[in-house]
Amino acid sequence: MTGGWKMRLALTLAGWTIALAMFSPILWMFLTSFKTEIAAVRTPPAIFFRPTLENYAAVLQRADYVQFALNSVAVSLGSTLLAMALAIPAAYSMAFFPTRHTRDILLWMLSTKMLPAVGVLVPIYLLWRDFGLLDTRLGLILIDSLGVLPIVVWMLFSFFREVPPEILEASRMDGATQTDELIHILLPLSMPGIAATALLAIILCWNEAFWSLNLTTVNAATLTAFTASFASPEGLFWAKLSAASTLATVPILIFGWISQRQLVRGLSFGAVK
Amino acid sequence: MATVELKGVRKRFGAHEIIHGVDLRINDHEFVAFVGPSGSGKSTLLRMIAGLEEISEGEILIDGVAAQGVPPARRGLAMVFQSYALYPHMTVDENMSFSLRMAGVAKEERDRKVRAVARILEMEALLDRKPRELSGGQLQRVAIGRAMVRQPKAFLLDEPLSNLDAALQAQMRLELVRLHREVNTTMIYVTHDQVEAMTMADRIVVLNNGRVEQVGSPLELYQHPASLFVAGFIGAPKMSFLDVAVSSTAAGWVTLALANGVSVSLPAPAEEVKAGTRLKLGIRPEHVEMDGNGELQAEIDAVEHLGPRAYLHTRLSDGSRMVAQVSGDITLREGDRTALHIRADAGHLFDESGKALERRAPARPHQAV
Ligand SMILES: Nc1ncnc2c1ncn2[C@@H]1O[C@H](COP(=O)(O)OP(=O)(O)O)[C@@H](O)[C@H]1O
Ligand SMILES: [Mg+2]
Repeated sequence: MTGGWKMRLALTLAGWTIALAMFSPILWMFLTSFKTEIAAVRTPPAIFFRPTLENYAAVLQRADYVQFALNSVAVSLGSTLLAMALAIPAAYSMAFFPTRHTRDILLWMLSTKMLPAVGVLVPIYLLWRDFGLLDTRLGLILIDSLGVLPIVVWMLFSFFREVPPEILEASRMDGATQTDELIHILLPLSMPGIAATALLAIILCWNEAFWSLNLTTVNAATLTAFTASFASPEGLFWAKLSAASTLATVPILIFGWISQRQLVRGLSFGAVK
Repeated sequence: MATVELKGVRKRFGAHEIIHGVDLRINDHEFVAFVGPSGSGKSTLLRMIAGLEEISEGEILIDGVAAQGVPPARRGLAMVFQSYALYPHMTVDENMSFSLRMAGVAKEERDRKVRAVARILEMEALLDRKPRELSGGQLQRVAIGRAMVRQPKAFLLDEPLSNLDAALQAQMRLELVRLHREVNTTMIYVTHDQVEAMTMADRIVVLNNGRVEQVGSPLELYQHPASLFVAGFIGAPKMSFLDVAVSSTAAGWVTLALANGVSVSLPAPAEEVKAGTRLKLGIRPEHVEMDGNGELQAEIDAVEHLGPRAYLHTRLSDGSRMVAQVSGDITLREGDRTALHIRADAGHLFDESGKALERRAPARPHQAV
């Protein structure tokens, strides 16, 4: 099996190369956040430098990090919960009671993701203004959950499709109502998939910037808005921006790290069954 | 304890009709088998009775009450699925008690009922296991147990043995029959395997392309198949068919000319045919004998040895095929030639539309050859 190990070695190297290439901007940001503003813009960039915490001090002094972070947590959890609550019954019905139009509806839902968000900015802005939703967590939760809904429905739909319909029919014969069927059979059976979907939705909502920047100002602004506020048209800001970005990404990185096992298990759920 | 009645039941999927008007009455305590080739509509019919599939037209009555609109669980029927469809995330105990839990039965009562059924099926030791820890035969038992716990009015079984190996199938057939005797509940059993239907059922419903071909006891179907289809489907090895022409008729008798010119006579409703009518003559393997003076010359295609007896699969001079049941110690082999004698008076006649002519053959006990 010499060919086998050569292949494995090549794959391992390729895997690490890609992973490092993808991670390098984050590493760069992380390193820059510990440089002085002068050192941050120097070319060629210094690899070795004396780290400083002055950027973090400046960033935390200028803005209330905790409030932004709490908004991010509330909005990503809230949007995910709302999206799941809408998507689970929708995916259930599409997976087990398909009609001639089910495929079309799924494709149509996905196609909405191809529309640039800015295309609906004005109508959404006006609607949110009239309903008093501007700069509220609820307003952001509503728009973010709509944003992830197509992906969440798609993922749940494919996980539900893995469950043999006969098992649900058996429960129907056993006297389960549709709610029982969902709670006692379908949800426990597709738990890995549901968990993976929810984790992905949380991450997507956490990183969502467009609506956060456009629909919030002070009260409901999330960490993406917090980060963006450190970009300025003049003066040196790279180091402070990096520090703010690091502060915004670290929580979700830790979250992703902790939940990656669950994510991988869920995403390969269909493949290994 | 239930009667199930089907009146003009039809089923369409979109514009495509697959059940074309079925009328049937299943009596209390009866063990009825729906048998037919794959795609004949057996499962669909069963699922309509269960309430898992809508009826497009017609009516289903359970204990005389129209089932239309009654959800599956309230019909009082239990179903055993071909794939078992156990709940993978629940233990055997939880699987079996699920219906009681849904019905709001108290825990002690549930435990008592589950244990009673587990005892009958000899699977008390399995109660704490998950389905993935069970063998095929054990899964089958759990599926049956889950149906029994509810004490249903009738059991619906859709090819429940088809995933088991042959030895286990034979054993489970006997157990199901014993179980039916013990619980004495109506059973509707779907199978594509006519041996299962013949060995277990009180009554067999033969389905073909969404129509009932014939309903009758196993022996009735075997001895008096109403159509070419039933004649060919029931019995293994299959009945052999010869193209024949009526050469003359007499009161209660017809004389037929076989392809090689030989004439045979058998009792039949002579008034329904006349000289020249083309018919098919069906002969079961046990009514064909090896006989040096036999009227048919045959070449052996294959010899199927079963121990006590053997089947000769042969080809006649005109190319038609014929199977003969012979003694197990036969030494003939593939490629050998032999002469066959058919006991024509035990034969079956079918007209050109495939409908059987009334069979008047004396049901003589078959002499072992
Ligand atoms: N949900 C369905 N949609 C469309 N056609 C179906 C559906 N279920 C069954 N059929 C068709 O109905 C016919 C009978 O199927 P079925 O009842 O499963 O047959 P059997 O159980 O005798 O093998 C088949 O031709 C099958 O393709
Ligand atoms: Mg079937």
